[in-house]
Amino acid sequence: MRIKLHVWRQSSRSDKGRMESYELDNVVEEMSFLEMMDTLNEKLTVEGKEPVAFDHDCREGVCGMCSMVINGEAHGPKSETTTCQLYMRHFDDGAEIFIEPWRASAFPVVRDLVVDRSAFDRIIQAGGYVSNHSGPKPDPNSIPIEPNVAETALDAATCIGCGACVAACPNGSAMLFTSAKASHLGLLPQGQPERFDRAKSMVSQMESEGFGSCRNYAECEAQCPKGISIAFIGRLNSDFLKASLVEPIDRRGDMKAQ
Amino acid sequence: MLTLDSKIPVAPIEDAWTYHKNNNLRLVGPKNRPKFKVIVVGSGLAGASAAASMGAMGYNVECFCFQDSPRRAHSIAAQGGINASKNYRNDGDSTWRLFYDTQKGGDYRAREQNVYRLAELSTSIIDQAVSQGVPFAREYGGKLANRSFGGVLVERTFYCRGETGQQLLLGAYSALEEQIAAKKVKMHTRHEMLDLVVVDGRSRGIVVRNLETGEITSHAADAVVLATGGYGNVFYLSTNAKGCNVTANFRAYRKGAGFANPCFTQIHPTSIPASGDYQSKLTLMSESLRNDGRIWVPRNADEKRAPRDIPEEDRFYYLEERYPRFGNLVPRDVAARNAKDVCDQGLGVGPTGYGVYLDFAAAIEEKGIDAVKSKYANLFEMYQRITDDDPVETPMRIYPAVHYTMGGLWVDYNLMTNVPGLYAIGESNFADHGANRLGASSLMQCLADGYFIIPVTIGDFLSRHESGEITTDHPAFKETETAVKDRLNKLLAVNGTRSAQSFHRELGKIMWEHCGISRNKESLEEGLRKIPALREEFWRDLKLPGNPAELNQSLEHAGRVLDFLDFGELMCRDALLRDESCGCHFREEHQTPEGEAERNDEDYAFVSVFEYKGEGTQPELNKEPLSFDALPLAARNYKT
Repeated sequence: MRIKLHVWRQSSRSDKGRMESYELDNVVEEMSFLEMMDTLNEKLTVEGKEPVAFDHDCREGVCGMCSMVINGEAHGPKSETTTCQLYMRHFDDGAEIFIEPWRASAFPVVRDLVVDRSAFDRIIQAGGYVSNHSGPKPDPNSIPIEPNVAETALDAATCIGCGACVAACPNGSAMLFTSAKASHLGLLPQGQPERFDRAKSMVSQMESEGFGSCRNYAECEAQCPKGISIAFIGRLNSDFLKASLVEPIDRRGDMKAQ
Repeated sequence: MLTLDSKIPVAPIEDAWTYHKNNNLRLVGPKNRPKFKVIVVGSGLAGASAAASMGAMGYNVECFCFQDSPRRAHSIAAQGGINASKNYRNDGDSTWRLFYDTQKGGDYRAREQNVYRLAELSTSIIDQAVSQGVPFAREYGGKLANRSFGGVLVERTFYCRGETGQQLLLGAYSALEEQIAAKKVKMHTRHEMLDLVVVDGRSRGIVVRNLETGEITSHAADAVVLATGGYGNVFYLSTNAKGCNVTANFRAYRKGAGFANPCFTQIHPTSIPASGDYQSKLTLMSESLRNDGRIWVPRNADEKRAPRDIPEEDRFYYLEERYPRFGNLVPRDVAARNAKDVCDQGLGVGPTGYGVYLDFAAAIEEKGIDAVKSKYANLFEMYQRITDDDPVETPMRIYPAVHYTMGGLWVDYNLMTNVPGLYAIGESNFADHGANRLGASSLMQCLADGYFIIPVTIGDFLSRHESGEITTDHPAFKETETAVKDRLNKLLAVNGTRSAQSFHRELGKIMWEHCGISRNKESLEEGLRKIPALREEFWRDLKLPGNPAELNQSLEHAGRVLDFLDFGELMCRDALLRDESCGCHFREEHQTPEGEAERNDEDYAFVSVFEYKGEGTQPELNKEPLSFDALPLAARNYKT
């Protein structure tokens, strides 16, 4: 296969950045998309040029590190597929491919296709956990959980935190990510004590990070590599509304994280 | 000579851990804990659980990871499940049974008190994870479900679909983020540890590189915990994530920590084969596929027909022919060795000739297409996504792949290395799996170490020392920083023609050929000649673009490849010295007539611990003898 690539190049956070074009003629259909990028980088290295920086790690679709907008779509054209699980057979010989980083003001570009997603960690810090210490705990079978509930919680917990939802959203909203974590914990008995507090503080952190509001475009669900449903956004909105109607009494004082 | 005091408590094995906690371990009071700074390197299951647990106790914890978030660590990719001897199925499971299975599976090359403790703590891990909200599979009545796994006769594996590692890691990650929010843990993402700082024989901190800015900084601490994973990527192609590396562990080894059993590598028989030279990693397919698939290759090396058009008489069902009793269900290592053997004979299939067929046609004919499909739906889908072939229409192609490394830094019962104040937990230590790890046991070990062992044992060390005696002003930090910078500059100055990637690939081929599925003296010696030659070429012909003061992925990779080059040599040396077969270490000179590993307990019932002796000098072999008081030695036998 012969392909023409247009890749976003940006040397640092402060650099303005631009698209650059490259041609590759030794691409084969069995290559994964990232192996094609490896081939490009090998070529650039040998030619004495700077290779394209991109995030990747597990290359089996679960770590959430890879993050490319390919021909305008987060993770490329194949649904429920991360960039690392995309193969060159999904492209035609002679294809022109445009590769860009996630675009959102809350995800500043660090270099080339690498972005800073630490805002997601801070949303989790705002309440994406069950307050806990390590040590003896009750036997799990003492708190039965309906299998359907456990499975729905797992549907939400399957989120890999890649940020495609933000990149896909015209508003750059992080509601799908935030609602997936809030719903995962909000559905389970272990997450009940902090449920409404969690909804409020995670949403407030999301807003302060500069993510936009949800306007129900549903692009996030369409481009999510794990097929997370926007039904979870409805669930979070409902919890958030309930939490906002009642002024919470925070008795934990200094114990409360934020 | 290293001092290897394993600190095994003198108590019956069933009570050893409790006895040890009550009688041997000192505590640090809650008011004093914030004065002690503990560095945790790595944020996978072991690192995140350790950092979160110690942070919650009140220690002043700093955690480092090279990814952009602690949630990315490769523990996330574990599929199958986690073992715990809850005996929920009432099928005779117990702590003792899990201990026995793990020790037997490891072919009696692990320290039995450590293994027993692992089994003892297994049930608490499930309780802990559920309390964090890990959504394990449930039965209709709402109780936890179990599945069975290889090498055992009970159902004790807990799971979340095929993403158990992901859910357990997200549990540990959320606990870690809670402590970060509470300012008990300070997280440093995109930071890579490049050296350990040792002052007067004690671990005092680390030197790291900020991967975004290239800045080299020092961090002092009262104790350092390495949770830096395994080194399967020394083979270049493995099921590990691309970033997995041996650098932190190898740097610690160079600073005096003993490296134990480096040659013990687990190779998984069923992964999707490489499709060409550009291949960057291998993806595992669950071993359960062997229950219904028949493994074969064409009889003739020049076979050109499509698999479905090859008649029965031209197919070589090599496992069924060679092992009529077990057929396609021979143990992992036997299946892997035979696949390599037929491919080396030129019978392999696929574009590279390194693959064998795993055929479901017979099972589909017997059980019906729906029954087979429903059993393996997600695996068939995963296979088709990667290869574009439908396993229902045409046989799968599979090949063995490097998966897990049992070797690691030597640690005592407290998980401390021989360097005081330096700990190793999870896959980065050698402790619990002997010469072979059972399925669903790695998650268990990481979390036992992180949630329950290190938070207690580290207090004993800290309580015996003053806090904060040494800061980064100490000259040892400046010296180490300078050495780290010099090394990076030296790499950049080579200015040759070949990328770090190409050297890594070549090293991988050498390791696979000479220190892979099966090993022998001549081949290992040849490997030991090839690696130094490759290292010389590396220093002569490496090409590194960019500069050190920015995000430079080529530079990161080159440093890791250099450590892999040195480490690969150590692995070959260990494999050569261990003149027996045990578990995954198969020396062709030592096998039974059926091709099973033949152990030599008289001469090799010890842990090989290598001591660094300086650049260009051979490392010294130290031995920790193993005793088998609770569980007497027996031949590993899965046949009767």
